[in-house]
Amino acid sequence: MPHILQSLPYFIAAWLFFCGLYGLVTSRHLVHSVICLAILQSSTYVLLLAIGYRVGGSAPIFADISPGALTVDPVVQALMLTDVVVEAVVVALLLAMVVKAYEKSGCVSPSDLRTMRG
Amino acid sequence: MNERLRLAIFLVAGPVFFGLYCYAALNLPPWGQYRGPYGDLIARLAVYERHATDTVNAINYDYRGFDTLGEEFILFTAVIGVTMLLRRQKDVPTSPAGKVADRPPLSESVRAVISPAVLVTTIFGFYIGLHGQLTPGGGFQAGVILATGSILVYLAANTEGFKRITSHVAVEVIEAVGAASYALIGIVPLLIGLPLLTNVLPLGTTGDVLSAGTIALISACVGIEVTAAFLLVIYTYLEEIVTGEIPEE
Repeated sequence: MPHILQSLPYFIAAWLFFCGLYGLVTSRHLVHSVICLAILQSSTYVLLLAIGYRVGGSAPIFADISPGALTVDPVVQALMLTDVVVEAVVVALLLAMVVKAYEKSGCVSPSDLRTMRG
Repeated sequence: MNERLRLAIFLVAGPVFFGLYCYAALNLPPWGQYRGPYGDLIARLAVYERHATDTVNAINYDYRGFDTLGEEFILFTAVIGVTMLLRRQKDVPTSPAGKVADRPPLSESVRAVISPAVLVTTIFGFYIGLHGQLTPGGGFQAGVILATGSILVYLAANTEGFKRITSHVAVEVIEAVGAASYALIGIVPLLIGLPLLTNVLPLGTTGDVLSAGTIALISACVGIEVTAAFLLVIYTYLEEIVTGEIPEE
């Protein structure tokens, strides 16, 4: 089925998304949850970059290609660029929350967190 | 919600979502047949309008500058969150586990390799940061590379060595200055009656390091902010490793 193959990157994004989501659902450790969330989020990179890709297009840098040359979409690349850095810091923030949750409650399992107070 | 219920909901909602996703994905343009008008438009215009050969950064720091400002402040806020959550309480004693974590410096040979690596990383970081408007790079990437340089210092020495080159207060101030200067560059055009974040600086010659007006300047500010943000996160986590408390079992 050529139609499926033509959409393969979109399904790779879905595969990453469901890997992350399944990990989140079955997670028994908060650090594991945070990593799963990062994997889940990375599916958006694959999806958006796949949408912006063009067969035969070069990188949208006009330093050494002629103006008007065929390029891939620079807009989605700009979106991804900032998101990668922001994601790294957000993961750091979540891990800091995990450290505090462990200090306060002594547990790292998401299902035990309901016992946490204040 | 117990685990079994969570899994049950996932097993029902997952396939439904996957079905809808498949429907959407199969109706997208086939992979590699991009048809969006905006990307093509900007790829044509950025070199002429902004004298920037890297259209990705022309979008980030100019056409889409307001969004990037918002993302910059997400970064800023997240780092503030990390430092606030992990701030050190003065009366917390250093735990035995922490003392183990702060290991002694590595062998001389490792240090000999890392010293030039720090130099190369730092120069590369500045190069990437200053050529963002010309070639792939810019503030975000440069910030991460420059922060990596100081992690190498931690590898070569230990937490004390890392603290010697990064003062907590200085990093905090630099981060705030980096974030604020982006906003200030955006406000300057307002004073002369132009919209926020208008590229008011001379655009220069396409291909020069000093070209593309505010794109290069904002890229540098972002670089400063991201470097400081990552240093602050690393610094805070190192403090946590050394002085973190271990809860009573």
